[in-house]
Amino acid sequence: AATLGQSITPAFAANNIDEMTKAFTGGAKPVAGKVKLDLPEIAENGNTVPITVSVDSPMTDKDYVSDVIILADGNPNAGVATFHFSPASGVAEANTRIRLANTQNIVAIAKTNDGKFYTASKEVKVTIGGCGG
Amino acid sequence: MATSSVKPRIKLDKKEAKQGDIVEVKALVSHVMETGQRKSADGNVIPRKILNKFTCTVNGKEVFSADFEPAVSANPYIQFKFKATESGPVVLTWIDDDGSKIVGEDSIKVI
Repeated sequence: AATLGQSITPAFAANNIDEMTKAFTGGAKPVAGKVKLDLPEIAENGNTVPITVSVDSPMTDKDYVSDVIILADGNPNAGVATFHFSPASGVAEANTRIRLANTQNIVAIAKTNDGKFYTASKEVKVTIGGCGG
Repeated sequence: MATSSVKPRIKLDKKEAKQGDIVEVKALVSHVMETGQRKSADGNVIPRKILNKFTCTVNGKEVFSADFEPAVSANPYIQFKFKATESGPVVLTWIDDDGSKIVGEDSIKVI
């Protein structure tokens, strides 16, 4: 094959989800569980997809969830949002609306005050992508 | 920097709460949340404009905050909860990429 001056980017290049996961966990491997991710199975409009994340935690001064990151493996950038909780939050739960470029997996990773990581993921089928211009 | 004239819509599920009650906050703010990925008709990239940080304080103490990436939808909606411990203003602040702020306020009474 001809040698090109630059490498060709594949049509579906993996985004930076691995780097962002590592940056959040510091290399620790998150354990599946405790995190609940609510998203529609099928999103007709990728421009605004409701997402609720909640983490099972007593949210006391001694035992609470401090941060939850939401990542998407099929968007141009994996980062979606990071929520910061404290015992003053009472409950580790948040809801927002997000953009999804195409059918992909959404991953939530929760960090506890004692440095443990929990995760959940869900695939969302997207009918009309949210990155059209 | 400047505080925007945009008025966020804020709704607390209760105006009065008992000590330790969980209060739910829903907020919606008008904002384009331009990703910086799109191109205009003339082929130029439309510059990124994102509300990248959200904070909620109750009586001056932070109870919840969030970092938003361009993957958060236009007119960002946020819903979260806090534990009622003292009466006071509930202040919601969004910070734009250019440093300007959108601020909205409600209040909670702990009985």
